[in-house]
Amino acid sequence: MSYRHILTVLVLIAMTGATQAAGKGGGLDYADTNVHDRASLQRGANLFVNYCMGCHSAQYMRYQRLTEDLGLTEEQVEQFLVMGDREISDYMLTAMDADDAEAWFGVTPPDLTLTARSRGTDWIYTFLRSYYLTEDGWNNAVLENPAMPHVLWDLQGIQRPITETYTDDEGQTHIRVVSLELDEEGRMSPRDFDRAMLDLTAFMEYIAEPAALQRERLGIWVLLFLGLLTFLAYLLYKEYWKDVK
Amino acid sequence: MAKPASSINKNIHAVGQWIDERSNISEFWKKHLSDYYAPKNFNLWYFFGSLSLLVLVNQIVTGIFLTMHYKPDAELAFASVEYIMRDVEWGWLIRYMHSTGASLFFVVVYLHMFRALMYGSYAKPRELVWILGVTIFLVLMAESFMGYVLPWGQMSYWGAQVIISLFGAVPWIGDGLVEWIRGDYMVADATLNRFFALHVVALPLVLLLLVVLHLAALHEVGSNNPDGVEIKKHKDASGRPLDGIPFHPYYTVKDIFGAAFFLIIAAFIIFFLPEFGGYFLKPDNFIEADPLVTPDHIPPVWYFTPFYAILQAVPDKLLGIVLMGAAVMILYLVPWLDRSPVKSLRYRSWVSKVALAIFAVAFVRLGMLGLSQDSSPAELRLWTFLYFAFFILMPIWTRFERTKPVPERVTK
Repeated sequence: MSYRHILTVLVLIAMTGATQAAGKGGGLDYADTNVHDRASLQRGANLFVNYCMGCHSAQYMRYQRLTEDLGLTEEQVEQFLVMGDREISDYMLTAMDADDAEAWFGVTPPDLTLTARSRGTDWIYTFLRSYYLTEDGWNNAVLENPAMPHVLWDLQGIQRPITETYTDDEGQTHIRVVSLELDEEGRMSPRDFDRAMLDLTAFMEYIAEPAALQRERLGIWVLLFLGLLTFLAYLLYKEYWKDVK
Repeated sequence: MAKPASSINKNIHAVGQWIDERSNISEFWKKHLSDYYAPKNFNLWYFFGSLSLLVLVNQIVTGIFLTMHYKPDAELAFASVEYIMRDVEWGWLIRYMHSTGASLFFVVVYLHMFRALMYGSYAKPRELVWILGVTIFLVLMAESFMGYVLPWGQMSYWGAQVIISLFGAVPWIGDGLVEWIRGDYMVADATLNRFFALHVVALPLVLLLLVVLHLAALHEVGSNNPDGVEIKKHKDASGRPLDGIPFHPYYTVKDIFGAAFFLIIAAFIIFFLPEFGGYFLKPDNFIEADPLVTPDHIPPVWYFTPFYAILQAVPDKLLGIVLMGAAVMILYLVPWLDRSPVKSLRYRSWVSKVALAIFAVAFVRLGMLGLSQDSSPAELRLWTFLYFAFFILMPIWTRFERTKPVPERVTK
């Protein structure tokens, strides 16, 4: 029947579209995060509070939420994660003054609540591990000339760029970074540092959408219920339609 | 009505009668449900009408709950959406139901419209049903565009900027018109505020009215079917169409089944893929609107991309806009462009089938090209040409193609 053919064609086209969309990636490392891993989120929270929140805020995120979602007591959150004179019911705001920040870095450090949703976790994970040191200071292979220095260098150590010179179509020569090499060891082994960055990325994924924890847990049950409902609705439909000749 | 068995039933019955004597509501029920005879040979494609209604109800109900916490203010809007996502009980679910519903609305409406093209559901005597349907589609586009602006993310803001600026191409009054729509010299708080008013009050009222008229017009002439046979031609002694069955209970139970199945798909997206790979919720829209930072690429949401691609296919701005408008408006003419004596594709020749297939491919392909910034102009033009060729050449092939004999009664 004709409409089946048309449907087949449509599905095929839709599939070519899907493969095209899946082809994007742009040389980022895959961040194999798991927001349901509480230990990972706890380690990530610790890194976030100690290394990021000196300058960055997570202005839509309340500390309080961390108790339930990360499996911590209020005392633990207050003791380890809430800084200075802030309350557990407060939003996770940096203590740095926005005007100071602008004077020191040229820009106000962006809010990080939703970065995992706007940039993606792969980007964050790769960015955090792609700082390198040159004579001009810190640079990053993912985001060129970042306003942010490598605040995690004492953990990672110092990476140096391996560059190559190439000529573009117009005959101009440029230098590009091909890979990064660990020049000076940090407090963590490369493997441990990668794992720590994965934890930090997971935490940022979590604060970008805390509801993800509930949504995925609940989703299974909703689908099971709807499956049953569909089955019963099908039986009802078949029962009524028995007499349609 | 059934015989009252107890005193409670008796009282309920009495209340029912009291209302009925004053409103004739049972007549309404009969006319549109229990005595509305629909062809018995509806197939899969006939689910999408009732599913559109289901999504409309979902949008209205979830929308009402969203307005309880959303703040239509350029300073507060973005944060209020995050507040809904985090601090409002079940806010995330309501928001995802609304955002997923918006995309699924277009999925079911596009399939619904395609069904009409396949089986000639626009043809005489159903022209008015089709005209009202195309109008619903138009209003739906305005409704979803304005809704997309409300979260006040970067894509909301710059998408609004791009779309509104299209009106600037209108000769003479363009600049004034753009300013009038925005209510400011740029997309700003005034724009957000009026879009909110239009999105939550004005356009939903218009939509509801049009949907009522669409159904009223349909029930006046009766539903078409995959065979394109008029079931009213063959009636039994009591005047009931032989190939018809009462909408209630037959199609109500069938549509409940269809709705339940559809909800499985919807729930899967809502609970496991709410961003749908960046197609339903765009990554850039998780960055608050910033009038000073223009994103590199401002693609519209997927359901507008076929029309956006047509706009891109033309180098001249005004001509592009005219063509984009024509791409929608030409739908109004379909009942008169089609000169075939036969309604359904089933009884038309391969020419009609190929033409509709090419049109479908052109539409989908344009949709894909419209997502990208650097689609090849040649390809854009090729598919744009084929999109319009489908309509413009329709009077020719439909008149001259060899049709097959249409059966008197519907087939299995």
